[in-house]
Amino acid sequence: MEIMNESLENVSKMLADKSISSVELVKASLDAISSTQKYNILHEVCSESALKSATEVDDKRARGEKLSPLAGVPIVIKDNISMKGTYTTCSSKFLENYKSPYNATVVDKLLQAGAIVIGKANMDEFAMGSSSETCAFGVVHNPRNFDYVPGGSSGGSASAVAADQCFGALGTDTGGSIRQPSSFCGVVGLKPTYGLVSRYGVVAFASSLDQVGPITKTVRDNALILDCIAGYDSNEFTSAKHQKESYYQTSFKNSIKGLKIGYAKEFFESLQNQDVVKSIENAIEFFKANGAEIVDITLPHIKDALAVYYVLSSAEAASNLARFDGIKYGVATKEYNDVIDFYFKSRTQGFGNEVKRRIMLGNFVLSSGYFDAYYNKAKAVQNLIISEFADAFNLCDVILSPTAPTSAFKIGEKVNNPLEMYLNDIFTVPVNIATLPAISVPCGVAQNGMPLGMQLIGNRFSESILYNVADYFEKNCYSIRGVK
Amino acid sequence: MEYDVVIGLEVHSELKTKSKVFCSCKNEFKGEPNTHCCPVCIGLPGALPIPNKEAVKMTIKAGLAVGSKINDIAIFERKNYFYPDLAKAYQISQAVRPICIGGGVEIENAQGQKKFIRLNRIHLEEDAGKLIHNSKIGGTMIDYNRGGVPLIEIVSEPDMSSAEEAVAYLSKLRNILQYIEVSDCKMEQGSLRCDVNISLKPKGSNELGVRAEMKNLNSFRSVARAIEYEIKRQSRLLDEGEQVVQETRRWDDARNRSFSMRRKEDAQDYRYFPDPDLLPFRIERSLVDEVKSTMPKLRDEKIEYYVNELGLSEYDAKVLTNDLNLVKYFDKVVSYFNKPKFICNFILTTVLKKVKENEESDDLDIPIDPQNFANLMQMYESGKISQAICRDLFDEIWLNNADCQKLVEERGLAQNNNEDEIKSMLQELINEFPQSVQDYKSGNAKALSFFIGQLMKRTQGKANAQIASKLIKEMLD
Repeated sequence: MEIMNESLENVSKMLADKSISSVELVKASLDAISSTQKYNILHEVCSESALKSATEVDDKRARGEKLSPLAGVPIVIKDNISMKGTYTTCSSKFLENYKSPYNATVVDKLLQAGAIVIGKANMDEFAMGSSSETCAFGVVHNPRNFDYVPGGSSGGSASAVAADQCFGALGTDTGGSIRQPSSFCGVVGLKPTYGLVSRYGVVAFASSLDQVGPITKTVRDNALILDCIAGYDSNEFTSAKHQKESYYQTSFKNSIKGLKIGYAKEFFESLQNQDVVKSIENAIEFFKANGAEIVDITLPHIKDALAVYYVLSSAEAASNLARFDGIKYGVATKEYNDVIDFYFKSRTQGFGNEVKRRIMLGNFVLSSGYFDAYYNKAKAVQNLIISEFADAFNLCDVILSPTAPTSAFKIGEKVNNPLEMYLNDIFTVPVNIATLPAISVPCGVAQNGMPLGMQLIGNRFSESILYNVADYFEKNCYSIRGVK
Repeated sequence: MEYDVVIGLEVHSELKTKSKVFCSCKNEFKGEPNTHCCPVCIGLPGALPIPNKEAVKMTIKAGLAVGSKINDIAIFERKNYFYPDLAKAYQISQAVRPICIGGGVEIENAQGQKKFIRLNRIHLEEDAGKLIHNSKIGGTMIDYNRGGVPLIEIVSEPDMSSAEEAVAYLSKLRNILQYIEVSDCKMEQGSLRCDVNISLKPKGSNELGVRAEMKNLNSFRSVARAIEYEIKRQSRLLDEGEQVVQETRRWDDARNRSFSMRRKEDAQDYRYFPDPDLLPFRIERSLVDEVKSTMPKLRDEKIEYYVNELGLSEYDAKVLTNDLNLVKYFDKVVSYFNKPKFICNFILTTVLKKVKENEESDDLDIPIDPQNFANLMQMYESGKISQAICRDLFDEIWLNNADCQKLVEERGLAQNNNEDEIKSMLQELINEFPQSVQDYKSGNAKALSFFIGQLMKRTQGKANAQIASKLIKEMLD
């Protein structure tokens, strides 16, 4: 299964010159999936529909039809993305038997491009978590070391890419859920600008922060998928009317001369982990040596971003998850006294602890008497953070930080300490709060043998700059590919 | 003790947009349960709302019609509560920044005194589905067809002080909403709903009393009766030195009394917050101007038109314009047969009487096709059919809307206007009933009607009564 080790870009070329067929590729992918089953990466494998779609794509190609770069390529999607004919469980017991009757816009776009959805990836329940340990269908294991977590919440999506089950995956990122697992698994993950990729059909966690993005083996692969899924969606009121561009065609300049990289000391003040410190120092040296300029910037309020995040995301989640009441679908308790009792028992049975924790927190901050002190205060601080980033981007093109404060930790290590778990997202959360794009690329390996990731944050809609810098770094400084 | 009554109304009115307020499902009253539904309005995971511009425009229109200020930025918020008919477990509504602020309407009591009732706001929100209790299966079913139908809530200031004023206000509001064609306002179908807030305070006092909110008021009559009941209930409590508790009460029309639903302590915390799926939206001045330009004539202008252009009396014009359905019907009939005064007379007497006989509700519906009705009026006005035949036909086509012209042809109901024939029939009657001739000659004018009655009986109402009265007088004098 050498082929599964290839990049999306390469297999796309091989498909185009017919040196391999999509059916062969799908079969290889299914083999890879079954040989890595113990990692508990996928909740559902769509072998039948995948083979059928692969045959169709091969037929089209045989007829000489013009096809997209994703045509015939096996892709994994996170299990909170609705796709007709498949389960959409959000890794929650509550939705264990829920099948969506409609496609998310991103799924429509993938299918239109001929991409093959090969499976649906496990995740932290309703995307709440940083280790994929809150998944109701078992913990996901990191493909680089079985004893370690893959990060979360898109731990299944990042693992599927790292385990070479597929050539790319979709994750969702509300506070770091694409970037942190990408860092833990040694893959490339992009959280796009809020509004760039449609949220329609993606089960909401925190609507004002959620964003779908690609997780891939290489930076160039990432741009190929973003080209497919980005763009205005009339089904979403918060969708951005941003002019469609081809990131794959236009981003890669193979130069970072004159690039201004922002260095915010606030990101590094509390950083303990020497592996992480060293990997970032290396990167800075590399950037300097290759013609970029390091600019000191200040982001005084990012230290409050985590608090802002837990107020706002929990508030929205409490409301978004209220629809899971057992009346229409999902877990419905058999024994109850009245309708209130029915709600209470169904939700108690259906949700895991982390989800319950966020629902309670969210309802608390929305309650009358507390709304101003928490929700409105958090909104005010959010605005401060947004304006601080805006000021920073007057001085630099991208901002550099670690993706996570550590490399992957062992399964079970932090699961009983929510506050310590929440600290995992300290570098990623400010990006969602400020609606910005950011990419995580591998930048080294820690002493525990697990990968490290570097985060590049851009101004709104500057994905192509991020891609260029990340690609340059990947090609010329550090690539984890082949390191097993 | 004497009390001042303080009443405020919250009126919900369904907008008659083509589609629902946040999705493209049909907004229709009819339809099998759960057939006008989609992932958005049944709140499936991942579905997202898109505001319906038409609904926003209609809300602006309602606001302009009652003199509200239109906010330049409006916010949709989530009102969170659990109930099986509420698919998402939150209702998209507006709290801090509704589309319309302020305004008011002028009402008039029976004595012709005018009073201005101020409005607090008009906001746009979505309706919930409906629970249907099914005794066959011994359970409750949910129909989400109504879920997501656009609703405006019109909140008045507590400016009313009697049941009469409340009904006058509600009636005026309904009239306006119908005139600007944003809502059918049918209380029976639930497209107009009203909650009443009512409190009492010692006469002349400046301090407001504790209020009760009355729900489940399905007709103007129940609004009036519920208020009367509540005034009595509260004043009795106060007279006896007891406290009125803040609560929501449910009106039971059949039993003619209200029951406590829930106390203030049990009131829900709705945890309102701005809907993150619906960013605050700007209402451009140009949109407001566009809506303004589509504003139809309001009632006062219509009355003026009827009086000055069509020659109706002011009284008739007022009665006619009390209900927009009637106005529309009248205008249509007049467009087919241009005798407005004649038609108006018939409508205000015969038709309205019929409406009242037939319906318990406040919603006016005339089942006869306007063209058919115009034909009937034309036959009657031209003398082709007699008044008696006209009334009989009207009763019949009210039930089946049969073509009245055909009926006249088929049954030979045309009026006999032939003087010679009528004369000879009258002569026969004079010969048959000498006693009645005698009665007339001795001064009993009623004897004349006897002859006309007999003539009608023999001709099955087809003889022209006017001609006959003229002739019988001539013949007996």
